[in-house]
Amino acid sequence: MASIRFEGVRVVYPGAARAAVDGVTLAIPSGCFAVLLGPSGCGKTTLLRTVNRLQPIDGGRIEIDGRDTAGLDPIVLRRRIGYVIQAVGLFPHLTVAQNVAVVPNLLGWDSQRVSERVDALLAQVSLDAQAFRDRYPSQLSGGQQQRVGIARALAAEPSMLLMDEPFGAVDAIVRASLQQETLALQRRTGATILFVTHDVDEALSLADMLVVMRDGHIEQTGTPAEILTHPATPFVAELVDADDALRRLSVITLGALAANAAYTTSSALEPGTIPTLDAGVSLRAALGAMLETGASRVCVMHEGREAAVLDLDTLRNAVRR
Amino acid sequence: MSWLVEHAGEIAARTLEHLWLCGTAFAIALAIALPLGLFAARRGRVGLPLIAALDAIYTIPSLALFALLIPLMGLGFWTAVTALVAYAQIILVRNVVAAVQSVPPWMIDAAQGLGMTPLQVFLRVELPIGAPVAIAGARVAAISIIAIASVAAWIDAGGLGTMIFAGIERQDIRLIAAGTLGIAALALIADGALRAAEHALRAPISPA
Repeated sequence: MASIRFEGVRVVYPGAARAAVDGVTLAIPSGCFAVLLGPSGCGKTTLLRTVNRLQPIDGGRIEIDGRDTAGLDPIVLRRRIGYVIQAVGLFPHLTVAQNVAVVPNLLGWDSQRVSERVDALLAQVSLDAQAFRDRYPSQLSGGQQQRVGIARALAAEPSMLLMDEPFGAVDAIVRASLQQETLALQRRTGATILFVTHDVDEALSLADMLVVMRDGHIEQTGTPAEILTHPATPFVAELVDADDALRRLSVITLGALAANAAYTTSSALEPGTIPTLDAGVSLRAALGAMLETGASRVCVMHEGREAAVLDLDTLRNAVRR
Repeated sequence: MSWLVEHAGEIAARTLEHLWLCGTAFAIALAIALPLGLFAARRGRVGLPLIAALDAIYTIPSLALFALLIPLMGLGFWTAVTALVAYAQIILVRNVVAAVQSVPPWMIDAAQGLGMTPLQVFLRVELPIGAPVAIAGARVAAISIIAIASVAAWIDAGGLGTMIFAGIERQDIRLIAAGTLGIAALALIADGALRAAEHALRAPISPA
């Protein structure tokens, strides 16, 4: 368990005209997948690096689980926080197994335990331990390297993970699968993740909590759906392309609409003739299903029971502004 | 052939002298250049004038440098060592700086972010990554020292240079050849040894 709280955090680089991080206050609950989104130079990476104290702060305070990090030994702190960086960050002179084992070795685990942990971690990131243990990073593809980077960050079972544009260097297909695996990993481990990206689609598909930054301050915080449907400023609207109706459809779930739907059932109408979708499915997928089948309604299932029937008008109203 | 057998003792003695002179100079040069290079690499503003100063020493012809040191230190072994150490500095310091700079910032960042102490960052990341570059510089320095040390005979510091100078004086081509070949052999052996060390350190980074 690990919650993070920023309170008036300020970072000013020497000689810079304005603060890189200018009074950021933000609370990230334990187990949350928080994404910092913004254009380059907005301070998102700097803010991320203040958490494990790679970046000293010039004002404010940062608490992890209610404890001010200023009072903690930065070395001990960093060993408890997983860190995945841009450009992979594997050590080229160490094998895959040695890279993954860096933090356990720093913590003084015995070799048997380290070796077992390495195998388990490689399996977790879908790499065959036998095949990959003894390879060097230069012998891996970009996607494989990033998997090892994630395994390394998870090695000492951290309750918090900092990820700085971890998938920037891999192609779109690999990126999508790494994103899904990261999400699954987070659900499985319950770790709190702070994730930096400038890729809007990536941010929308990963975030529980989306934090839009600009010029060192937070422009808006909310769920992806909240930010797309109610952007607080023109900057946010433009950044996330909130005018794109399809994009808005993609972040709202059927369940969210079903709760407010005018009528809740009508299975008598045309049983079995309309698409049946789970409440967790996005409106965009529902629209797709309707277009595909020619139906003008979908049946929403919640925990195995029919929860609502929604029609095209409901969808239209949901994205109309 | 019989000349070689006759002079085997002298050749061996001069070779050992040469080795001792160069080995001493090389060890001292390394002991100075390592901290100096690390310091210069980490403090760029101090580093540049330092390298410029060492560059200036390197431009002094070796014979002239030995001559300049005589009024200060007199003749002999330690004067020669001093000159050789001074020559090796620029090569070594420059390569230590290059070695430090060959470790990309993201790698240091990753090491720190994983919770390595500054000493661990140095020993586990900077040293293994930078060592091949530094050793490449040490090769050049070692060969330079072995070659320049032949001039040291001129200030009574001994070594294989003594045979070359004697050969010139007595117009004995065999003495000159023996001294020259001995120096060349020493240089090749030193180069090979350091190259092997460099290769051993590089090997895991770019496997065949």
